[in-house]
Amino acid sequence: MKIELHLYATLRQYEPEGHQGVLEIEDGTTVEDLLVTMGVPLEQAKLVYVNGRRVNLDYTFKDGDRVGIFPPVAGG
Amino acid sequence: MKLLRVCMKHRSVGFVDIPEKYRLLGGRALTSSIICDEVDPKCHPLGPNNKLVFAPGLVTGTVAPSSGRLSVGGKSPLTGTIKESNAGGIPAQMLARLGIKAIIVEDQPDDDEMYILKIDASGAELLPAGDLAGKGMYEFNSLVRDRYGKGTGIIAIGPAGEMKLLNAGISCNDMENGPGRYAGRGGLGAVMGSKGLKAIIVIEDEKRRVPIANKELFDKGRKKLTDALTSHDVTSNALTNYGTAVLINIMNEAGGLPTRNFSAGRFEGAAKISGEAINETTGKRGGVGKTGHPCHPGCVIRCSNVWAKPDGSYHVAPIEYESDWALGANCGIDDLDVIAELNYICNDTGLDTIEAGCTLAVAMEAGLAEFGDGQKAIELLREVGKGTPLGRILGNGTEFTAKAFGVTRCPTVKGQSMPAYEPRAVKGIGVTYATTTMGADHTAGYTIAPEILKVGGDVDPATTEKAELARAFQATTVFIDTAGYCLFIAFAILDIPEGFEGMVETVNGVLGTNWTTDDVTRLGLEWLKREREFNEAAGFTKADDRLPEFMRYEELPPHNTVWDVPDEILDAVHDYEVEDKAERAG
Repeated sequence: MKIELHLYATLRQYEPEGHQGVLEIEDGTTVEDLLVTMGVPLEQAKLVYVNGRRVNLDYTFKDGDRVGIFPPVAGG
Repeated sequence: MKLLRVCMKHRSVGFVDIPEKYRLLGGRALTSSIICDEVDPKCHPLGPNNKLVFAPGLVTGTVAPSSGRLSVGGKSPLTGTIKESNAGGIPAQMLARLGIKAIIVEDQPDDDEMYILKIDASGAELLPAGDLAGKGMYEFNSLVRDRYGKGTGIIAIGPAGEMKLLNAGISCNDMENGPGRYAGRGGLGAVMGSKGLKAIIVIEDEKRRVPIANKELFDKGRKKLTDALTSHDVTSNALTNYGTAVLINIMNEAGGLPTRNFSAGRFEGAAKISGEAINETTGKRGGVGKTGHPCHPGCVIRCSNVWAKPDGSYHVAPIEYESDWALGANCGIDDLDVIAELNYICNDTGLDTIEAGCTLAVAMEAGLAEFGDGQKAIELLREVGKGTPLGRILGNGTEFTAKAFGVTRCPTVKGQSMPAYEPRAVKGIGVTYATTTMGADHTAGYTIAPEILKVGGDVDPATTEKAELARAFQATTVFIDTAGYCLFIAFAILDIPEGFEGMVETVNGVLGTNWTTDDVTRLGLEWLKREREFNEAAGFTKADDRLPEFMRYEELPPHNTVWDVPDEILDAVHDYEVEDKAERAG
């Protein structure tokens, strides 16, 4: 299945080579599985948004999910 | 430390001792207390009975980190409420070191002349502004530097303030003498203009220091706070490298980035105007552009930036998240160079960028320009400085413009436009917008931290039970604004208890008090209550603590939710009696 994946700020360095936004993943992949595959240190992935809602590491992706992953950030 | 009273009618200045009741106050608690004590809540904000008060925070001017804030207070002509707006830049620390706890500007001149208040180690004097009147802020700051020397502190208004427009802010100069550090919100620049005061210029005496009652305690606290700021990921890394605009992408992913005049929560051009894009472009262009720029000496967070044109020359500083969003996503504009030019016009004319962006978006909705038409937006904003009839409408802000053109989607509370967080997607910040004493203002109680960023807690943005959250954030904020710290220290101290203790210890060190971390909320609530009482006496009721009606019936994509926080929750935020009763019963 396919998900739309964006890594932000300091995490952009972990995007798979040639990544254009859409990623093919296996059914049953969780957030943690994906982070491990990409080599993102888990503690750095502080905020994971799927379809506009914050999810935990055990979230299992569904086809067509829009995913945004952030390190600790803030502003104002 | 002294109070400096300035009477614009008689053009007299005088230093007076600090009354005992103000001895432990600074920053926002001091400006608000003086306004409550001396200003008739029913006065016309631009008439002779309003006053304008400037106060550095309690620790401002010391070596406490990130503490160079200046509070400006008065009755707001935009909202009709009490107002405190604060800014960074260099003048606050200089005022504090000259021993000035507050400047109180009173009354109005009988003529139409503009004046400049000059303050240095020998005292203060009012001078005719002469050829400096009417100048845009970039030229003004440059002329002041030529005449009074490099490093002169400048607090001033641009043409918008001189024209008494409701969206006029008050500029403080940054370390490179740029005018981009604004006490922008609430139209206090118009109050300054109504008093005929173009600027306050401050000439530092480097030998003077802010008195510190307990140096050992102060140093202990300073170290704990500095450690927290330099170890927390947000204040040591994200803000320094990407600036505040790092929030563009996250608010967009969360579906809470107000887009095209609050008609959607996602902007397809978000990535192009993000903090990441600012960082990348700044690196590529070279020249004077930079990130990790401090807005005042001694800031360890350094969230500011300087944006360069494609040829590397100076364009504007800073591009902040709020400005980037207001002049960008909210107007459907996805070009950072256009946003930079709009920001430059705001800085030069003397306008708050949030209010200006929301005004332009309402004007676009009214058909004055297409959403996304950057060149037309630039033309419209330039009208303000020219003082044309259209410029005066736009310069009076979002609500005024919405009325002028019959636009019902008007994102304001108490006449002040909302900042860059959609309340239909993030309910707690909506509770703050509705119930703060300031009109729609994110800095009054930044619940975004736990609702979106998992800082200082982890709260679901979609739930409506947010009265206690909003109250706690509003109270703590008043204390930070009073101490003179940048609000961004909150990101570190909400997560690191030693940093929070350190903050309180620096204040105790300066004042010789024994306040505890519990006193922060207690004092904050006490000071908030005073501001609420002013607003009540000015005629505000619970019915004013509401969001605009359209948010109740227009669903906001992508979540397709409306504003559904019950009025009872909004009313509970400041119902201190209910709290007291519950405490006694419980």
